[in-house]
Amino acid sequence: MRRVAVIGAGMTKFRRRMLETGRELSFEASRMAMDSAGMEMKDVESVVMGTAPDAFDGVHMKGEYLMDGAGGTNLPYSRVYVGGGTGVFVPVAGWWHVASGMFDTCLVVGEEKMSPLRPHPQYAFWSIFDHTIERPLGVTLLWIFSLEMRRYMAVHKVKEEDIALVSVKNKGNAMDHPCAQIPGRITVDDVMKSEPICLPVKRLDVSPTSDGAAAVMLASEDVARKYTDDPVWIDGVGWNVDTQYWTNRDLYYPRYVEEAARMAYRMAKVDNPRKQIDFAEVYDPFDYKELHHLEGVLLADKGGAPKLTRDGVTQRDGDLPVNPSGGLLGVGNPIAAAGTMKVCELFWQLRGEAGKRQVKKEVNRGLAQAWGDLLQVGTVITMKR
Amino acid sequence: MSSKIKEYRGTEIGLDEVKAGKYLFTNYDTVLRYSWTSGVAISRFLSGLKEGQLWARKCNNCGRTLIPPRMYCEECYRPTDEWVRVKDTGTVNTFSISYVNNDASRRKKPILVSVIDIDGASPGMGILHLLGGVEPKKVRVGMKVKAVWKKKSEREGAITDIDHFEPA
Repeated sequence: MRRVAVIGAGMTKFRRRMLETGRELSFEASRMAMDSAGMEMKDVESVVMGTAPDAFDGVHMKGEYLMDGAGGTNLPYSRVYVGGGTGVFVPVAGWWHVASGMFDTCLVVGEEKMSPLRPHPQYAFWSIFDHTIERPLGVTLLWIFSLEMRRYMAVHKVKEEDIALVSVKNKGNAMDHPCAQIPGRITVDDVMKSEPICLPVKRLDVSPTSDGAAAVMLASEDVARKYTDDPVWIDGVGWNVDTQYWTNRDLYYPRYVEEAARMAYRMAKVDNPRKQIDFAEVYDPFDYKELHHLEGVLLADKGGAPKLTRDGVTQRDGDLPVNPSGGLLGVGNPIAAAGTMKVCELFWQLRGEAGKRQVKKEVNRGLAQAWGDLLQVGTVITMKR
Repeated sequence: MSSKIKEYRGTEIGLDEVKAGKYLFTNYDTVLRYSWTSGVAISRFLSGLKEGQLWARKCNNCGRTLIPPRMYCEECYRPTDEWVRVKDTGTVNTFSISYVNNDASRRKKPILVSVIDIDGASPGMGILHLLGGVEPKKVRVGMKVKAVWKKKSEREGAITDIDHFEPA
């Protein structure tokens, strides 16, 4: 397989509701990624788009609907979709376009516009559950997160206050992100006293719903060298999907995330993740998920992530910076775009271009991970200078 | 390039601007009607519920007793072998106190939702259901619970034939 480089990245602001259509958002992010790579449309050989449920937009064939904005017109274009895991799966799919030798370049776009759905985007998630034995109970996506959070807390005896520290950190990190939707300086007490949603999940434990897009430009080694002296390499990719029978799994641990990470680590020849991964952008739609996923990608022992957080290890100036971007909790959660935003952050951090967000330590390899569907999808990418 | 980018694009619309009619929106209500078949395994499961019984499927290869029941074992990837009646009691694997409906609107009174590991099925085989007859503050992971069935005349072969689970 050929080496694949990331040579450009771009994104829009993330906001609760935006004037731009999904196509327009896709255009802005894609154009920025191409400009940052110094490429024109004639240089783009293939396009991969990632976007989550059609139900948000009320537009079926959403991949086709978005295509013109994503630069896919009259090109080998496809849409990939693995729920919330999509944002990191798009560059994985882009990677195999180039690694296989089929294409020298691939434009990778993640887009989401959640605001159209009335009365609330949350309503679309109802339709992911079993129609006969779960939906009649009135299930919501928030239920399953809170069930998973409770199970994680019960098995490892984790305190809500320790989980809240993740929200405090990420919203604080997002103060330095120019695209951030809900950055802020908050305290553990603010999280603990915020409105109950599905206890133990409270308002400030959750990321917002958002509109936005993000994109990266991939190229083969030969082509990358023509455009930049400073490419960032995708050296590992992995993905895994666990059973749909989510009530038959022990939710305290995401074994599918571990499988995805192990797949990426095998490819990247990473045998000691804690030494060889310098920083991580793990999926944080809820604060406890950052802890859950740090354990899943083997950057913390099972039940060990709360202590790393408490000890400041995961701060931007810590030994293992986690979500220096501000994550979904701070920058926002336009689903597929949010995962791709994390891949943009790896690119900017590894090139030393993250400005005020730049982590203190020198970084050579980073990991981005996303998660989705019925608590069952793990997607992982590792990138190296 | 993050530190070299001068402007990130995107135009936020505030709720006040929506209300003031500053921008044009096109509204549409969609009505899609479905009639879902319950399938081979779940049809039998629902018939059991109507009789006040819980039924699981057993895979004789891995030995797991599966609930919700399925006609194939997803791990062995072969047909399951037999129907096994399991108990209508179990253990709270995890629970949540929900203040929201499925459209994110607020509930006046919270409801208790739970994954309940069913006695007689293999360890960790749970189903989603509601808890009742207990103060939210008193619910614990590991608590033993039992099904509270609707009256026989009110059962219709649905997951809601169990009204809720309560402490055993």
